[in-house]
Amino acid sequence: MDIRFEEVGYTYQPGTPFQSRALHDINLTIKDSSFTAIVGHTGSGKSTVLQHLNALKKPTSGQVTIGDRVITNFSENKGLKSLRKKVGIVFQFPEAQLFEETVGKDIAFGPKNFGLSEEEGLEKARELLPLVGLDESFMERSPFDLSGGQMRRVAIAGVLALEPEVLVLDEPTAGLDPQGRKEIMDMFYTLYKEQGLTVVLVTHQMDDVATYADHMIVLEKGTVMKEGHPRELFKEAGWLSSMQLGVPSTVRFAHELEEKFEWIFDPLPLTTDELAQQMKDKLASKAGEGL
Amino acid sequence: MSEIINVKNVTYTYDDEDQRPALKGVSFSINKGEWVAIIGPNGSGKSTLAKTVNGLIEPDSGEVAVGGLELNEKNVWSIREMVGMVFQNPDNQFVGSTVQDDVAFGLENLGIPREEMLERVRTALEKVNMLEFAEREPARLSGGQKQRVAIAGIVALRPDIMILDEATSMLDPQGREEVLRTVKEVKEQENLSVLSITHDIDEAAAANRVLVMRDGQMIQEGTPETIFSYGEKLVEMGLDLPFPERLKASLKKEGIDVPKDYLTEEGMVDWLWTYVSKK
Repeated sequence: MDIRFEEVGYTYQPGTPFQSRALHDINLTIKDSSFTAIVGHTGSGKSTVLQHLNALKKPTSGQVTIGDRVITNFSENKGLKSLRKKVGIVFQFPEAQLFEETVGKDIAFGPKNFGLSEEEGLEKARELLPLVGLDESFMERSPFDLSGGQMRRVAIAGVLALEPEVLVLDEPTAGLDPQGRKEIMDMFYTLYKEQGLTVVLVTHQMDDVATYADHMIVLEKGTVMKEGHPRELFKEAGWLSSMQLGVPSTVRFAHELEEKFEWIFDPLPLTTDELAQQMKDKLASKAGEGL
Repeated sequence: MSEIINVKNVTYTYDDEDQRPALKGVSFSINKGEWVAIIGPNGSGKSTLAKTVNGLIEPDSGEVAVGGLELNEKNVWSIREMVGMVFQNPDNQFVGSTVQDDVAFGLENLGIPREEMLERVRTALEKVNMLEFAEREPARLSGGQKQRVAIAGIVALRPDIMILDEATSMLDPQGREEVLRTVKEVKEQENLSVLSITHDIDEAAAANRVLVMRDGQMIQEGTPETIFSYGEKLVEMGLDLPFPERLKASLKKEGIDVPKDYLTEEGMVDWLWTYVSKK
């Protein structure tokens, strides 16, 4: 399911003295089965864009096409429920939304709202726990006795329980330890790779963009500045820094090596593995020159 | 050097179902003016330990002494005056409707005269570079700015110790950098001792000493360089691998001999020079 923005604008409280323009002239496409990263510094409009992905907000101008549904300012709210099942959003610090007595019931809450029985919902929860790295013993525990990282996993399972086609993640690993961050990102990547899930990731972590995303959208002052493959966009370190954004550590270090050793890395390495492969050839050829 | 914090053999169990102790016989000390980082995965007991230092948690057994005072019912308030704490979530620690009211809150509670209070608030905001935001609403600040205001609130109280409990973990990279820079400056100017609980490699690198916790126990201790040289084990210790360590691991996979010691990025470039010129 593709999601397409055409000339999308969004103004908060239009026609009042408090009116403020959050988005303008946004054109972008999130392709089916892609892993898209949305980056931009605080206040660039990321969260407002995100709320358009499942029609939590309707554009005040332009249109958003989600699968076969077209959403404009004049769209009725009818039938949006099915849309929200297809596009699942994991908000920042989703553990704050846990409320049920047991982990199982909390995960089953969404599916029940969409017509599953209690029993079916709990069955779904039982299936999902291992996927988010928890075992069945968690079913009967209170979500409030868990650690922050475990609560986060339960909340994510609650969104996955709706079997969305598009999974939208707003800083999903903020506040977790590095091991937990990696486990959770690897889990999303597996869902994308193996089940063809479309993933949209809002993040400040450029290393994650480099490692996982195949498409990148840069937002600034409420509009799209650039869109493309991370390998292309990360070539422009200076431009990104003018957007108050960084580049992945590997890209930064590769640039440093290019300057110091007069090496050229092509294609631009995004991960340490890619960098090491290219360094190996260069170190070997240097050795050859010395002979 | 004199010890400002001394924790001896502390054990603590939360009253929840699984009864596993959150702290098991933990001992450590911090010298005056020292910066100590505590690292460890989520759930290893780091935050619990921090809360024992200012009496937010009363240990089941063991002893805690701060600034030469034994932590007990009689001393707990004097100790809390010595210890300022910055928490993880910048949104959960604001009470004032403007930045300056918020910084003044702690001083009002201590009954500081108004003239002195105004002066202390101003100085504290100046120290964290937030003076121009004095009249703003805290809610409208960025995460990094909010944490700097929280630090100003502590500085105004002139404590001896500042505890950072994952104070940068919810911030974007820019916010993280500005908070870390502020802590470094304030620590020097105010001659503070710092205890920082963190997963951030840069924050750990700023410390004089790093303590590693796991399952409620202190399992390692050393300088940042010593701890960072544990390479891939760092992930189990709740830290990100420093970039040079990640690159070393990738180079090793390519069959390139890499040095065993911890390398900074600069050290990595030096090593590459040697490697290239030796051949």
